[in-house]
Amino acid sequence: MAAYTVNNDVLTVQFKGEIDHHSAGRMAKEADELITKYEPSLLILDFGGVTFSDSSGIAVVLGRYKKMTAKGGQTELASVPKSIKRIFSLAALDKLVKIRENV
Amino acid sequence: MYLSNEMALSFPAKSANEGFARVSVAAFAAQLDPTVEELAEIKTVVSEAVTNAIVHGYKETTGIVHIKAKLYSDSFAGKIVITVRDSGEGIKDIKQALEPCFTTGADDRAGMGFTIMQSFTDKFRVTSSLGKGTTVLMEKTIVRRS
Ligand SMILES: Nc1ncnc2c1ncn2[C@@H]1O[C@H](COP(=O)(O)OP(=O)(O)OP(=O)(O)O)[C@@H](O)[C@H]1O
Ligand SMILES: [Mg+2]
Repeated sequence: MAAYTVNNDVLTVQFKGEIDHHSAGRMAKEADELITKYEPSLLILDFGGVTFSDSSGIAVVLGRYKKMTAKGGQTELASVPKSIKRIFSLAALDKLVKIRENV
Repeated sequence: MYLSNEMALSFPAKSANEGFARVSVAAFAAQLDPTVEELAEIKTVVSEAVTNAIVHGYKETTGIVHIKAKLYSDSFAGKIVITVRDSGEGIKDIKQALEPCFTTGADDRAGMGFTIMQSFTDKFRVTSSLGKGTTVLMEKTIVRRS
């Protein structure tokens, strides 16, 4: 299970390890279950513990962003490693969600 | 540049092999003394091509993914040439497939794999034949650091 914190209506989900097609499904599902359970107004996806991501990580962010937006909530990304940031900006994710330095 | 080393890797189209494939190619490329960033780029493009073979090439069927990597070098630079090949269903319209955000996948795909492969390599080519399979060729130059 992904580590997470809930503070008022801010849900922070800490992703860990490598995000690829093999692992992304489980990560997305865990985040979705937490969103459904806590109905946060702000979701922070913390990439501080992520050591690798390919395009599967883009879809993980996009899917959670859509789920949050549907309920009027916001999504932000935190502590995204430099190499992963480049992939995210190729997909223009930085135009869609705020990418902050720290949680 | 002369061919200094080569390797081949074949494995069944299982998602558990995605990590194995990218780490293996990166470990092989380490002979060219790439930067941490270049290594991350090599891992990423291999992961994209292998995932495409598994997800789009073979879909629910099984098959073998073939990777070949060749290292070239001279006194100024090194170069890695990687091919990833599947014998899956092939691509109907390559031009369309290369467009950013185009995907025939479900909502767990972003349509960004080919865009990432192009942006992280120096040369990139896709050849595909419907019903026969797809081959992705990627070249990346690694400049020698003194
Ligand atoms: N090996 C392959 N065999 C058959 N079709 C492929 C193959 N590789 C890519 N395609 C086709 O090209 C499209 C674009 O591929 P690309 O990697 O850019 O995006 P994606 O795989 O759909 O999404 P993402 O890579 O972001 O997860 C795919 O949706 C698929 O239709
Ligand atoms: Mg892809």
